[in-house]
Amino acid sequence: MSTTFEAFETRAAAVSAEVHRFATRHEGLAFIEGFLREVGVSEAPDSGAVWVEGSFLEGIGPAHVCSQVPGVSFEVTREAAATAKVGISQLDWAIAATGTLVQDATAVEKRLVSTLPPIHLAVLGTERILADFNSVLQRLQPEQINYIAFITGPSRTADIERVLTIGVHGPERLIVVVVDEFEKVTA
Amino acid sequence: MSTQFKDSIETALHNPNLTGALGRFSEAYRISRAKAYEGIDFEAVRDRIAEVKGNASSRFEELAEQFKANAERRGAKVFRTSDPAEVKRYILDLAKAQNVQTVVKSKSMASEEIHLNKAFEQAGIQVDETDLGEWIIQLAHQTPSHMVMPAIHMTKEEVAEVFSQEVEAGQAPDIPKLVKFARGKLRPKFLAADMGITGANIAVAETGSLVIITNEGNARLVTTLPRIHVAIVGIEKLVAQVADIDPILTALPRSATGQLLTSYVSMLSGQVPNTDGSPKDLHIILMDNHRSDMVKDPKFKEALQCIRCATCLNVCPVFRLVGGHVFGKTYTGGIGTILTAWFDELKKSEDIQGLCIQCGSCVPVCPGKIDIPGLILELRRRLVVEQGQSLAMKAIFGVVNNRRLFHSMLRMASVTQKPFKQGRFIRHLPLFLSDMTDFRSLPAIAPEPFRDKIKAIAQPKQAEKVVFYAGCLIDFAYPETGTALVKILNKAGIEVVFPEDQTCCGAPARYSGAYEVAAQNARDNIKALLETDATYVVSACPTCTVALKHDFLDTFKTLGITDAQAEAQRLSDRTIDFSSLVKKLVDEGRLTFKEGQHLGKITYHDSCHLKRTLKATDEPRELLQKAGHEIAEMYECDTCCGMAGSYSLKLPEISAPILERKLKNIKDTGADKVVMDCPGCVMQIRGGLDKDGSPIQVEHTAERLEDRFE
Repeated sequence: MSTTFEAFETRAAAVSAEVHRFATRHEGLAFIEGFLREVGVSEAPDSGAVWVEGSFLEGIGPAHVCSQVPGVSFEVTREAAATAKVGISQLDWAIAATGTLVQDATAVEKRLVSTLPPIHLAVLGTERILADFNSVLQRLQPEQINYIAFITGPSRTADIERVLTIGVHGPERLIVVVVDEFEKVTA
Repeated sequence: MSTQFKDSIETALHNPNLTGALGRFSEAYRISRAKAYEGIDFEAVRDRIAEVKGNASSRFEELAEQFKANAERRGAKVFRTSDPAEVKRYILDLAKAQNVQTVVKSKSMASEEIHLNKAFEQAGIQVDETDLGEWIIQLAHQTPSHMVMPAIHMTKEEVAEVFSQEVEAGQAPDIPKLVKFARGKLRPKFLAADMGITGANIAVAETGSLVIITNEGNARLVTTLPRIHVAIVGIEKLVAQVADIDPILTALPRSATGQLLTSYVSMLSGQVPNTDGSPKDLHIILMDNHRSDMVKDPKFKEALQCIRCATCLNVCPVFRLVGGHVFGKTYTGGIGTILTAWFDELKKSEDIQGLCIQCGSCVPVCPGKIDIPGLILELRRRLVVEQGQSLAMKAIFGVVNNRRLFHSMLRMASVTQKPFKQGRFIRHLPLFLSDMTDFRSLPAIAPEPFRDKIKAIAQPKQAEKVVFYAGCLIDFAYPETGTALVKILNKAGIEVVFPEDQTCCGAPARYSGAYEVAAQNARDNIKALLETDATYVVSACPTCTVALKHDFLDTFKTLGITDAQAEAQRLSDRTIDFSSLVKKLVDEGRLTFKEGQHLGKITYHDSCHLKRTLKATDEPRELLQKAGHEIAEMYECDTCCGMAGSYSLKLPEISAPILERKLKNIKDTGADKVVMDCPGCVMQIRGGLDKDGSPIQVEHTAERLEDRFE
């Protein structure tokens, strides 16, 4: 598993994603809370964070997060996402070969938090990292899922003079929090 | 060629922003593409793509119906049409019925193909492109110059100017700021739009899925925020099953932008919830627009294997000089020429097909395994069939088909050239011919052609005979190359036979689309060359070798001539190029290099046909090294020199800068000799260096090796 993680980390870093690995969910959460404070998430206008709840917070609960970092909301609406600084969601799989995150994004909230805010923070279990595209596709069945999103690094363009510029229409930062201890997680 | 077309080339060539940007890009592209494919078996990937897409195009009707059924089962409305006008009508009717005020689009070449934006504007509906490059050209009232990077022809200064004039005054030419500006201006448009329009890179029949690839993330917003989503999909995007996505997704980002994967790949299958919880109104338009006509054409069916990566633009020595706009309004470059001929009409390709220099650079890198230059040649042939050859060309080919007349005219030329001749060169020609000598000198016709010279060579009688096919250039301009070849083969105990009745190989006619003329040349040569019982038919001109080995047979097949194919095949089996033959003789121990030779540094130029059709790149190098040379490789050693037969006469304005680049690369090696296997390249490069007054010597490999054997 650790070699798969390292391959993923290398590929993801090569496309400007920021990867952090933690042993437990609590450590991961502590990092996330610190990160949200650091980038200035608060209850002030245009300073919120929107979080689509997933199994990562099982047994911890949204209320705990909100008490730690005011400004985090679990009510994901188009308006909230459009003005938020950070969007947080749990991803289903990752691909080591290309540094890609994969998600059943049929629920519109998952798409809102990963498209509109300038920072997308993705949470992922270490064992969810697979070798390649086909391994993921076999587990995610397109005949049953209506919107599968593959995300490889932040939004980018090279449309002006071919100069690589990060952050066009999507997030300009992609933070990936990989957690080893991710019990009871089912995608 | 039309004056208007010639003018557009002239304008492009004199735009330093364009040529600078494209030149730098083509250099960087080679490196990033190679890096992206590290550890990937490209041949295996493209075999899969050709198979997957080839199979799909044979079953378009079935797959389209299967796609429709599956997508509709999942809540989409699928509309199939062959008519671009109906696509526009469907979308506009939908927009009116749904009270659509504004529309956002992510990049879609299919929508460019049918000029959808214009239809929206005429209907008074605001439409905004959201791909940055597309938005820029929309604001600048231009069309895309490149399938992947629509605004590659513009500088940041020009972009700032367009933004300042069209959106908000005072924008500085600072790329990150311009990108931020675009994000800020387009964001409210995404949020306000009622309808989102996308294309699709792949459509999967078994699941009714669309695969959409972007880097900017705009397609994710376009498919998420507006309540209506319309996808316009050319039916060539169909594949049978989910497993077929893999090879396409492996190749497309790597070939298009040198990425392992684009930032975003979205796989949409049916309806998804809108932000207010309602189900998305999803419409998928499967557009034919002559694609199924292409399927029925045995030659052009393979063009449907294109995945729109634009590699054929990126590696093209002509595209990097002239850019995309000279090709027309939608699809550009090599594949664009073919698509324009079909999606628009054959006549539309009349001028642009002439831009292809037939160097074959795009062939080994095409992920769809499409023989792009071969198909362009076929367009050329059909244009000649449809519209006839010009009178001037007719007159020329009339002569070429009459060997005696043709050869006596060449002999005559050696006399009439006298006033222009300076040593072995013609440096200036008067009047309309001056274009030919503007950028390079031409070789003077030799006083004694090779066909006369060989009679004076005393060859020892040998049991083993090899037939030599000289080709016009060696026969009449560079007979010394032929003499060198005879000398070398004699050393291997081989007697060289020169059949007098050999004539022009037909390449000039074939490459001008005059296949009937080429077929007659082929017949005459087959008869002449198979008369002697010989081990090989050897040529020291790769273009002639390709003619003998491949083109004769193809010309007969294309024209449906069946009686000559068996003989053409016999000739093909026997034909070999000079370096490959000599390498064989060395390997067999029949030729031995003189020992201990230190002959110094040279550089080697790969000729297009030798490298890409005959695939002989190591043979000449190995021979030259064994002879005692050190090879200093030049940059882009296998890029065309710009000669390409009559191309340099038809489009000297393009041939000249291609040659200029080649000369620079040669000079940069510091070698005092450049060696090559093609007399056509010798003519172009020697002529260019002579015009430059450069002391670098240009030699055919045969001449360089002439005295190197024991």
